[in-house]
Amino acid sequence: MTRLTPSTKSIALHVGVVLLLLALNFLLPEYHRGVFARVLVLAVFAMGYNLAFGYTGLLSLGHAMFFAAGLYGAGLTIYHLEWSVWPAFGAGLAAGVVVALAVGFLALRTTGVAFMIVTLMFAQVFYLMTLYFTTYTRGEEGLVLPQETRVLGFPGGVLDLSDPSTRYLVALSLFAIVLAAILFLVRAPYGRSLIAIRENEERMRMLGYDVFANKLMAVVLSGLFCAASGAAYAVLFGYVGSGFAAIQYSILPLLWVLVGGAATTLGPLIGTLFMFYVIDTASSYTTAHLMVVGLVLIGVILFFPKGIIGTVRERWLPWLP
Amino acid sequence: MAFGPYFLLATLEGLVTAAVLSLIALGLSLVFGVMRVVNVAHGEFYMLGAVLAWWVASLFGGHPAIGFMVALVLSPLVVAAIAFVAERLVLSRLKYEPEATIVATIGLLYIIQQLALTFYGPEARPVEAPFHYRMQLPWFGYSAYKLAVIGFSIIMMLATWFVLTRTKIGLIMRATQFDRETAQAFGIPVGRVYAGVFALGAGLAAVAAVLIVPIQQAHYLMGHDPLLLSFIVVIIGGLGSLRGTVLAAVLIGLSDGIISMFFSPTLAKMLATLAVAMILVFRPQGLFGAAAR
Repeated sequence: MTRLTPSTKSIALHVGVVLLLLALNFLLPEYHRGVFARVLVLAVFAMGYNLAFGYTGLLSLGHAMFFAAGLYGAGLTIYHLEWSVWPAFGAGLAAGVVVALAVGFLALRTTGVAFMIVTLMFAQVFYLMTLYFTTYTRGEEGLVLPQETRVLGFPGGVLDLSDPSTRYLVALSLFAIVLAAILFLVRAPYGRSLIAIRENEERMRMLGYDVFANKLMAVVLSGLFCAASGAAYAVLFGYVGSGFAAIQYSILPLLWVLVGGAATTLGPLIGTLFMFYVIDTASSYTTAHLMVVGLVLIGVILFFPKGIIGTVRERWLPWLP
Repeated sequence: MAFGPYFLLATLEGLVTAAVLSLIALGLSLVFGVMRVVNVAHGEFYMLGAVLAWWVASLFGGHPAIGFMVALVLSPLVVAAIAFVAERLVLSRLKYEPEATIVATIGLLYIIQQLALTFYGPEARPVEAPFHYRMQLPWFGYSAYKLAVIGFSIIMMLATWFVLTRTKIGLIMRATQFDRETAQAFGIPVGRVYAGVFALGAGLAAVAAVLIVPIQQAHYLMGHDPLLLSFIVVIIGGLGSLRGTVLAAVLIGLSDGIISMFFSPTLAKMLATLAVAMILVFRPQGLFGAAAR
């Protein structure tokens, strides 16, 4: 057998992961299939976060607003305007891009600690807005999208998104599309320039790169992926509430990416999956699952700052993207 | 009723908020100023102070003042000790890298919150005020305890200012803040100074919490709003500037009291947060801070 190039190996690996996830749809018991569907949607959120945090080095504490922009963009148009799923999903994406563009334009004027606090505050304003316009959003209580609105229309017929198998496959399709997009992005010259900005912003500026425009693009793409995850969450699980805009949903993607491995393509999936099952297992012994989140955060940052996939890449598989 | 009484009440309530807020923000500002660490768990130290105050006060029968006074001494000391241990065990090993410490303090936040929920429970519990005297003002009677809170906060602030500017400890702290490496070269135990500052910051938040529990109740989620507000105060005041912090606390406390008396509190919070984000974007050194930082 001839030696495979790193590029072929990594593409084969990613195709393999998607095929494995496809097979799991038919192998997993009902409960775990439900968990995996949720993990796949939230892993898209984590991948979007990873593009900004892992690859570009922008530690944002406000990504819940991009997720929630997608969630509300899709949920409110379905609930109040009776849009069908396709245009509502589009509205979610558009909302995410608009919010990301506005926030990125302002927040990217700051760096480091100030950037974290500014994003945190914009996200807090977004969260308070969902509470303030409670006539439309019903605040913490949230909206439940009726089952008959959650159907995906195709020329040949319709798909009922509340059906577990359809839900899993739709979640997997979204995951596969975003995974492919991220893989393409980080291997393209644009992705390399983001990594270079993370490593040495001054030098990139000196080399003639427009650092601000590159970072803004990264934030917008990151916002787009996070909004896609939010919009998919709304139509697949049929619930839209303020809880998803709260600070906790800005911390969770950070946690997932750190655990899985920042700046790795598969890290977000592994991190999300790992944390879901850690909390799931822990909550069968104790109700103190926040404790687990806290301990894992501290443990990871102290002992595995590179995360699971990051450590694997460092020790054994240097070609992992 | 006329505008006057409402306005006076809003101002007094605003001043009480400002007094407590400036103690909390002072702690956050010290930690950021000296250690360059953004302590996201600061609000939880505040909450812990309140919960411990309730626990200590409930141990003492007799006159409520006894329990309260013991709590005022004991609770900040315990919180400071916990912060000291957390600093030594976690933050110092992270070499105070800003991003890593933020993640670690977020972890700390969840752990403290969960411990409070597990051992203290989800109920909100009050601590009885040490005295119940009402002072007669032009339109209404007002709790003398609230006025005492304002007075005590001013004393605490003056004490902190005195320690920082007039004592050897303060000199060492300022030297560490000014230039960590040179301070170390002159034999200042930087690690111990950092741990001490972290403990002091947490202790100040706990003092504020003990002062507030007779007015508000102790609850395991009470740390959220003060954390955000004290961030706002520290930023407007200029990160690491003591005088700015106090000025900003009075500004924010008063406007919060007055705006939420006349408008919806959610709207007030929304506008204040947005305003501060904009300040940070366009004037990162704060309104009262010096230019470069």
